[in-house]
Amino acid sequence: MDRVPVLKLGDILIVSIQIDLQDQSVLALQEDLADQVVATGARGVIIDITAVEIVDSFIGRMLATIAAISRMLDADTVVVGMRPAVAITLVELGLSLGGVRTALNLEKGVALLNHLEGSKIASVTR
Amino acid sequence: MTTPATLPVTSNSDVVLVRQHVRTVAVDVGLSLVDQTKVVTAASELARNALVYAGGGRVRVEIVHNGIRRGLRLTFSDDGPGIPDIERALTDGWTTGGGLGLGLSGSRRLVDEFDVRSAPGEGTLITVTKWAR
Amino acid sequence: MSVSAEAGRRRIEELLQEHQERVFKRWLQLAASSAGHGDRGDLTGQLREIYQALKQSFTDSGDLSDLRGLLAELSRSRARHGFSPSETAVMVFGLKEALYESVEADGSPEALRGFIWFSRIIDDLGLFTIESYAVAREKVIIDQAEQLLELSTPVVKLWEGIVAVPLVGTLDSARTQVVMEKLLQTLVDTGSEHAVIDITGVPAVDTQVAQHLLKTVVAARLMGAECVISGIRPQIAHTIVTLGIEFGDIVTKASLADALAHALRESGVDFVRRRTHVAVRTEER
Repeated sequence: MDRVPVLKLGDILIVSIQIDLQDQSVLALQEDLADQVVATGARGVIIDITAVEIVDSFIGRMLATIAAISRMLDADTVVVGMRPAVAITLVELGLSLGGVRTALNLEKGVALLNHLEGSKIASVTR
Repeated sequence: MTTPATLPVTSNSDVVLVRQHVRTVAVDVGLSLVDQTKVVTAASELARNALVYAGGGRVRVEIVHNGIRRGLRLTFSDDGPGIPDIERALTDGWTTGGGLGLGLSGSRRLVDEFDVRSAPGEGTLITVTKWAR
Repeated sequence: MSVSAEAGRRRIEELLQEHQERVFKRWLQLAASSAGHGDRGDLTGQLREIYQALKQSFTDSGDLSDLRGLLAELSRSRARHGFSPSETAVMVFGLKEALYESVEADGSPEALRGFIWFSRIIDDLGLFTIESYAVAREKVIIDQAEQLLELSTPVVKLWEGIVAVPLVGTLDSARTQVVMEKLLQTLVDTGSEHAVIDITGVPAVDTQVAQHLLKTVVAARLMGAECVISGIRPQIAHTIVTLGIEFGDIVTKASLADALAHALRESGVDFVRRRTHVAVRTEER
């Protein structure tokens, strides 16, 4: 089983999904992220799905669950880079990622988290 | 071309393989990117359904023709407990497996043709077709 | 009887060979009279090729593929010159009449029997020209429909981070889908967080189209962008409400100008009116 690496940048944890996710990897990622949020005291989580070709209800639910868990641990979650075809398919499937914030790309995701925090929590050149 | 092909659905890694194979064939058939994504997502939902509710099954992937149009047909079959109430199983949000209840109803919206045959104790046969525009 | 049929075939082949000049001249005459206008030299060349291919197909034990290729070409070129498919078919049928004169002169039972067989082949070939006409026509229609879709879907940039699609004309489901996919892709490509869908030029909206618009707005949100729908005319607003379509919290504006102002405000741009001029200042974030 492939594990998805979790990167830390300032107060933000960044996860970039680059592989076709198996269900176990999804569940493992969910646990890893919760552990990391607590261990690092991160204030924000960014999940980059630019490379993800499909999001089915299982992966969709994972995204919503991660957002809900992070919120309980006082961190905001932003999903970035969703492809148009994936977004259209999710809408047709009837899945709304309630409670998940989204941004067009990583840069805008970081900007959104900074905006939410009201102050800069990571210095990334814009 | 590798179709028609029958793939097993007996583990989580099979679901990934089914997705990848369906994607390859969808490209061959000439589906648009959005339609490819829709049919692969439907395949993922239905394969997981077979795994969760019937403990496994198989899917046949084939290219079909209708006049000058080409399409992709997936036939999922399993020997599981079957669906007692198909009408209800096709309702958004109805689930007995602890999921979101979007597998069947959502997949139906992602394809052009959708057919379920099932009876308690006799397994389930689901046929879906997506036509190239 | 089968011996006689075989003899008939042979006799026809002989007649086509022996009376080649006479039959061909007559056929050309018939074809030209039905053709009326057009390039006569061109026609002679095409018919001669077909005549040769027909004779060739008999010696090749009935392989008609070359002949069909030529006929398809004939059908296409005639269609380009404005002939109807039945005119082309009648031209092919003319070969029967042309040959019949030789058969009549011959008068043998083999020739008459063979003529029945020959007629059947020519009938098939005539029908084949109609079929190829239909196939060619269908392809033209499909190509044009695709070109039209491409043409009718401009996505324009209004401001840094704001794009718009001005929709004009009747929206069908397929076209709406194409426009919407293009809009969403443009959001990604340009990194725009705001989109305006302007439907001022749309005369009517049905349930399906309204659903597509809604789905696009929701899909854009999933991607991290906001859509504003502008230019909803009173009749369309009426239809949408009557159809019971829920627009929810989607922002709608009367005009494209209002929608642009809204999107600018949302992206942190302030308007300041200075004397009679309007100046625009971007707020530092």
